[in-house]
Amino acid sequence: MTEQVLLLLPPEGQNWSSLETYRAHDGYRGAEKALREMEPAKIVDEVKSSGLRGRGGAGFSTGTKWTFLPKDGRRPRYIACNADESEPGTFKDRQILERNPHKLIEGLLIAAYANEIDAAYVYMRGEYRSAFENLNRAIAEARSAGYLGKNILGTNLAFDIFVHRGAGAYICGEETGLMESLEGRKGQPRKRPPFPAVSGLWRQPTTINNVETMSHVPHIVLRGADWFKGIGTEKSTGTTIFGVSGDVVRPGTFELPLGTPLREIIFEHAGGLHPNRTLKAVIPGGVSMPVLTAEMAMQVAMDHDSLQKAGTLLGTGAIIVMDDRACMVRAAMVIARFFRHESCGQCTQCREGTGWLHKLMQGLEAGHGTKRDLEAIDEVAKFMEGHTICALADAAAWGTGWFLRRFRSEFEAHVEHRGCPLEGVSFEV
Amino acid sequence: MTAEAAVGAPALPESVRARIVAEFPKYPEKRAVLLSALHFVQEECEGWIRPEMVPEIAVLLEIREIEVWEVISFYSMFHSERVGRCHVKVCVNLSCCLRGARGMMRRLEELLDIRPGEVTEDGLFSLEGAECLGSCGTAPVIQVNNEAYLENVRLEELPAMLDRLRGRFSTSAGGAAGNGAAA
Repeated sequence: MTEQVLLLLPPEGQNWSSLETYRAHDGYRGAEKALREMEPAKIVDEVKSSGLRGRGGAGFSTGTKWTFLPKDGRRPRYIACNADESEPGTFKDRQILERNPHKLIEGLLIAAYANEIDAAYVYMRGEYRSAFENLNRAIAEARSAGYLGKNILGTNLAFDIFVHRGAGAYICGEETGLMESLEGRKGQPRKRPPFPAVSGLWRQPTTINNVETMSHVPHIVLRGADWFKGIGTEKSTGTTIFGVSGDVVRPGTFELPLGTPLREIIFEHAGGLHPNRTLKAVIPGGVSMPVLTAEMAMQVAMDHDSLQKAGTLLGTGAIIVMDDRACMVRAAMVIARFFRHESCGQCTQCREGTGWLHKLMQGLEAGHGTKRDLEAIDEVAKFMEGHTICALADAAAWGTGWFLRRFRSEFEAHVEHRGCPLEGVSFEV
Repeated sequence: MTAEAAVGAPALPESVRARIVAEFPKYPEKRAVLLSALHFVQEECEGWIRPEMVPEIAVLLEIREIEVWEVISFYSMFHSERVGRCHVKVCVNLSCCLRGARGMMRRLEELLDIRPGEVTEDGLFSLEGAECLGSCGTAPVIQVNNEAYLENVRLEELPAMLDRLRGRFSTSAGGAAGNGAAA
């Protein structure tokens, strides 16, 4: 079994939230090295060369993203750090925020020095009360110790971090929706161009990076890109925090190298299925990502390339496991309801399409679904893809449409049976 | 409508006003404090935003009232109608449903004799089905007001959980909704 590789998280049962504990585990040594020994451009190169890819779902190269920031001297420049963590199945950033918040602070500090950033705003989902308090306490501690504020570590760097609370809207995890929300508006995504690197928060240059992504920066700087590249696969480097939930014996988070086989994560780390159950379906990266059948899931490794080849995506590494009791139409219906609730309403395809997907799934469950409805689900899903301002419509189309395509016989059984054939067996919704 | 048009005593408590003003230095524009301001109101004013507070918030942040209203209506955590002093949210997304969230909600409905969206007659409890709260590894999950989550909740624990909440929230003046520690 692949051992957990703990770069981001303390060992189970430990909490490194205090500055003293964090410093006892190499804390702020990456920042000291960066600020005292490295040129800003060298840090960007190092992160680029490490192969670090964003851990918020899109998997874009972090170093490359930073190079999009303009070199025109316009100030201030901002980091918007995405701690909105709302993709159903995802609960990994919360682990960092509640158990190792200085790791994020240190990552943001290095990123600020490397990219001439004046302030970072951590946009945290409003429900994360404990994480909010823990991060704020850690920031106050870092400020008194001279890691934030003016003349950081004796240099002329001035930088500060502010935590901003969201208020229950999934769309605010979309980067431009996040910025709208941070500015005090409805979280409706912006049209691009202009891109955030050029015109982001308050129309200033802004880079948007996820909590886990930023938390990888300190050890990359301290130990080097080559060391980081030695973990994971060629194109998916380093570790990530996989979150496993659903029908397993030991749900939870496991920090493992990218490329760890999904079978191993489910059956060894997460303790496998409950007695006498068999695997039916796995969502590998949060509910936006195409679902896998058991057969597909047992063969795939958890890195970007392997998952793409298998017909899905890594997303947030949020693994939702469903055993033979679970009704696939119900699962798709819960996901459709979610996207219907969370659509911001700007684009017709999304506003109307998410509602239709939900209604069609409800019809199948209620026993008045027809064969034509199955075609309609497929058509609506296809009509939503690629036609909207942001990717929520695509997520809704993938998250539900692929249930139909990969479990068609179960959907057909709902039509033939005039209702749910797993009534009384499946989980309830 | 502006502050001049609003008559009578201010609806916004002085403590909320002070907390809002204290946030201004963090941002280049006052408007950015809007979400925080609405959170402060709910924390100190029984979990919901009274309409008469909206003009005062707008004046403080130098925006129009409609801009406050559209934010209140957009975000699911903001309530423009009265909720219970204990607003109980049960996560009903996929990972929680796989671990019995629907049964949990049904039991709460029975115990409180209300449906999601309703408030008990004594004003103490209201119920809401929440979309993913981000605690899928410890499903099923409940959140009361904006407190720390109650995780791995078991059906048989619910009556005792409600009793504890009754004890905490019946005796208080009610103004502390959302401020307390975990149940």
